[in-house]
Amino acid sequence: MKWRSLIIAALRSIARNKLRSLLTMLGVIIGVGAVIALMALGRGSQADIQAQIAGLGTNLLIIHPTSSQTSGVRAGSGTLNTLTMDDVALLDTNAALLQEVSPVIRVQEQVIAGNSNWNTQINGVSVSYQAIRNHVMESGDFFSERDVKTRNKVAVLGKTVANELFPGQNPVGAQIRIRNVPFTVIGVMQSKGQSSMGQDQDDIILSPWSTVLYRLSDGKTVRTIMASAVSETQMEEAKAEIRTLLREAHRIPPGGDDGFDIRDQSEINEMLTRITGTLTMLLSAIAGVSLLVGGIGIMNIMLVSVTERTREIGIRMAVGARPGDILLQFLIEAMILSLIGGLLGILAGVGGASLLGKVMGTAIMVSPLVIFGSVAFTAAVGIFFGFYPARKASRLNPIDALRYE
Amino acid sequence: METIVLRDLKRTFAMGDTSVHALRGVSLTIARGEFVAIMGTSGSGKSTLMNLLGCLDQPTAGDYFLDGVHVSRLDRRQLADIRNQKIGFVFQGFNLLPRTSALENVELPLLYDRSGRIADPQRQALAVLEQVGLGDRVHHEPARLSGGQQQRVAIARALINQPAILLADEPTGNLDTHTSVEVMAVFQRLNAQGITILLVTHEPDIACYAKRIIELRDGLVVRDEPVAAPHLADRDLLTWPENGSVTGGGRP
Repeated sequence: MKWRSLIIAALRSIARNKLRSLLTMLGVIIGVGAVIALMALGRGSQADIQAQIAGLGTNLLIIHPTSSQTSGVRAGSGTLNTLTMDDVALLDTNAALLQEVSPVIRVQEQVIAGNSNWNTQINGVSVSYQAIRNHVMESGDFFSERDVKTRNKVAVLGKTVANELFPGQNPVGAQIRIRNVPFTVIGVMQSKGQSSMGQDQDDIILSPWSTVLYRLSDGKTVRTIMASAVSETQMEEAKAEIRTLLREAHRIPPGGDDGFDIRDQSEINEMLTRITGTLTMLLSAIAGVSLLVGGIGIMNIMLVSVTERTREIGIRMAVGARPGDILLQFLIEAMILSLIGGLLGILAGVGGASLLGKVMGTAIMVSPLVIFGSVAFTAAVGIFFGFYPARKASRLNPIDALRYE
Repeated sequence: METIVLRDLKRTFAMGDTSVHALRGVSLTIARGEFVAIMGTSGSGKSTLMNLLGCLDQPTAGDYFLDGVHVSRLDRRQLADIRNQKIGFVFQGFNLLPRTSALENVELPLLYDRSGRIADPQRQALAVLEQVGLGDRVHHEPARLSGGQQQRVAIARALINQPAILLADEPTGNLDTHTSVEVMAVFQRLNAQGITILLVTHEPDIACYAKRIIELRDGLVVRDEPVAAPHLADRDLLTWPENGSVTGGGRP
């Protein structure tokens, strides 16, 4: 039995019933298409998120106090569960693995400019914060060390705040009032867009930490410390260093609770990747079910085909086809049917994904692995669901098959 | 040189509780180059004998030697190979693959030929089609061929593997008398070239073109004798009445 003639015979019999073959393939086409489109969407959004996180700075470390500070009972003598400017200074001078350190003092306030007002978040930070978060200025300047030292009442606006308070104008040089304290706008930052968590990263005002801490906040509490490690590859070492320094400064006995938490982007990255990965898998599994249904469709049609072609099977057996030859013939036919369906499905999937990506505005990533995987899977579907009909055909009695009307 | 040797061949079918004895013990010897007609009414067991001779079925008891091979104890796979190598079938209903050209129909047995005896399948197919007088219709599909032409394609298909025997099961059953005689002329010509032919028929007019007639009744051979003077199909065709009715008594 020659493979070439087997494949030609299978293609011929598929071509003989074009409409029926196409309808049979439809299940596989939709199944494969859906799997590929969803995987492409899922991977695309994963890549989107990763790119955004990388935009934040991959060497970013965020230190914030844990909630244990609220359960006062747990605080032993000498423990300090909040972060202070002393901690910032300590890390800035003593941590060898940290490049930049900045406090973040966070105040939510109503901001007034002329006759418009806007509720936003005012972050008191140090000069190095611009470098840590990769903020690029659209107009004006970021504040300077001198501003920090003199607790200057200057403000750098995020794009959203600038648009809300000064629609259609350049706010640089203008005055805004935060809790009746007048601030001078000295710069506007370029838009950073939404964060991976869906927050507007431009709805923000940056001011020198000293100004915010002593004029707007309680003069003591630092909500968060942001730092950049010297290298992406030394994140864990940097974390360990911070932990040692802070535990020492806070005089936490060995075995005691840190009272603070250090996060880097890789954790957030991992978490988000896991979430989108789970979602992608879930959706793909649903799409996979339709692939399964498609396979059953192929089995159904192959069974019909075996019955319809009983006489042909009889003829082939009479002229010397072994049962194995008949089995192979129908198996190959089922496989080709599902493979063609799979190939059309890949086209449908890639096309559908790019269409969806355009409509939804998300990135699309078609991975070759998924394509190879689905081709292999459809071939397996063909073999699996083609086997029963093919075996049925091969077990026909040649005499009965020849007499079949 | 014996091509077929049957020794006390029996075939019993179980039909629920009862068993039907289709063949009750048939012993036969057919030599190479013979042209045998197997006759009998329906229920005589001639179809069962045909299936056994064609290796489509296995006997319940007895021995069957085909071209020196003891085929009565082979499995399905080996039987398939025997059918492929040693037997050529011609059926009443032609049994050609629809929507497949005459050439491809004829090549079909070579698709399953594992011996590689025939080096160039297409050339061999063209040669046998020429042999049955269809050299000019090789690319026609069965639907575009007449009954007689279709049966000649079937004969070509039966010949392509150079079989030891050619088995024809009521080959003229679906044909009018003139075409039937034409087909018999093909058989006689092939037989003259040395091909062993077994023909199953219930029509005495057809059987008389053979050289030997075996008659079955109730699963036993009741008559086995040579035909004294077989009709010559070619001559009958020459003297065929020009305006002779096809369905009437035009048969010689």
